[in-house]
Amino acid sequence: MHTHVFARLVRATALSLGMPRLRSAFVPQPVVDRSAADLRAYIDGNDRVSGRPFMQEVIDGLTRPLDDADLQGQSFERTTPRLVEADTEDNLQRLFEENRWTDYLPITLPTEARVEAMLKGTSHSRDEVVGRLRPTDLREFWEFTVEKVAVNAVMAGARPEYFPVILALASSGITARSSSTNSFATISVINGPIRNEIDMNSGIGVMGPYNHANATIGRAYGLLSQNLQGGSVPGETYMGSLGNWYAYTATLPEAEERSPWQPLHVQQGYKPTDSVATIFFGGWYTHLAYGPRATWQQKMRHSLAAVEQYSPPLLVMDPIAARAFVELGFDTKEKLIEWCADNGRLTAREYWDNQWIQYLMRPRAVAGVEPFASRLKAAPDELIRIFEPSDLHIVVAGGETQGTWKMISASRRATVSIDKWR
Amino acid sequence: MAQDVVVHDPRGYPPKVVGKRLAPRLPMVEAKTVYLVDCLFDNSDVFTEQLRQWFGEHLPGVNVRTIQPKKTWSDDEEMRARIKADGDAAILGVGL
Repeated sequence: MHTHVFARLVRATALSLGMPRLRSAFVPQPVVDRSAADLRAYIDGNDRVSGRPFMQEVIDGLTRPLDDADLQGQSFERTTPRLVEADTEDNLQRLFEENRWTDYLPITLPTEARVEAMLKGTSHSRDEVVGRLRPTDLREFWEFTVEKVAVNAVMAGARPEYFPVILALASSGITARSSSTNSFATISVINGPIRNEIDMNSGIGVMGPYNHANATIGRAYGLLSQNLQGGSVPGETYMGSLGNWYAYTATLPEAEERSPWQPLHVQQGYKPTDSVATIFFGGWYTHLAYGPRATWQQKMRHSLAAVEQYSPPLLVMDPIAARAFVELGFDTKEKLIEWCADNGRLTAREYWDNQWIQYLMRPRAVAGVEPFASRLKAAPDELIRIFEPSDLHIVVAGGETQGTWKMISASRRATVSIDKWR
Repeated sequence: MAQDVVVHDPRGYPPKVVGKRLAPRLPMVEAKTVYLVDCLFDNSDVFTEQLRQWFGEHLPGVNVRTIQPKKTWSDDEEMRARIKADGDAAILGVGL
């Protein structure tokens, strides 16, 4: 049983599982927040896809005899060619767009010469398998090689010297085109010497369209994700209700040289001389604040209480603000993170009245997994911690034209070596 | 006249699809044990309860049991084994 907006996805998934005739029944969307009476009306009503009575579809699914096609399932090989049939540049631009291989901004066509040039950005063989990606859990993985990543890097307008960074992102197993209904995007933070080697911008406009490497590395990660995982097509391989502007491009280097704190990758156990990419999954919300001024604690508490608790925040902090926090006694990132974890609180009632906390955390709480079990035991009006220090991260970046910081929805999903892909 | 160019295909490599037969169907649901698998989406427990009540009202001869996996988005082998051992059929649902 599914809700009707997932009908195309259900058919596509059943096909890829070798069971194209899997029996399904569809109620209307949504189920969430509907009363018992509403849901009973769904059950008593018609299947939103077939138009037949819903329960007739359900009982039929259990009892209708199997035919030969049901008994065989469906096996088949699929392949993708190395090259596209030759055509004019205009026609190929149109073809790539019609096939949903782009982000609807113009792409650089991946000619053989351009792909060859991109491949010179790594010592790895073109045929080496880089990894596998899929739009979301429970979908099929697609595999890809160094050459296929190079094709997408060219399309994004990246330069060969950026290619190790792009390969590292591709190797992470984390898609930048998640199919989640929650419209996730990835945010990638680059640390180590590579930032300066490829002239990334960690200064003025670090999160804006003001640097070739920042812009095209993030775009390449998005394009390679959608094309190498088997698509990001609304209704089939993309179900994000609102979508996410961070998905166009969201890559920033940390301003290590101007930060008063340890760089992010060193916090993860890497050496300062290592070049590393850390991938965050989120991009749901962005809060902005200044200071820290006299009332910063109250404002920070308000922000922490206002964020979506399933997607903890990454603080991207201008060096001016970071140094001001040091003056307040936060001489390490860890101290400020601990303060945030201790002061980010909601009543237990508000915490648990959340779709994703209910769906994903409550089963863990019931199973006794901490800290969720303790949060579940709390009285409804008790103020409970909503984040652990390990959920929270700080990155220093910005041009020091303003003492500001942004609090961005971002769960750390992977930290990968860039040096491995040089 | 514009010149033709040759470009690479940007897609990855899909896995082979291996056909799987559907599980045997029941000749009828009467007197059978049917598990309603609540997949833990928010409010799916309410939906499952309504479905259980529907069976009680319309097909009271069906032995309906509700069950939940231990975790979301996971294949709960223990739950599957129990359904296989005790049940004749299972209905999974429901999404958002």
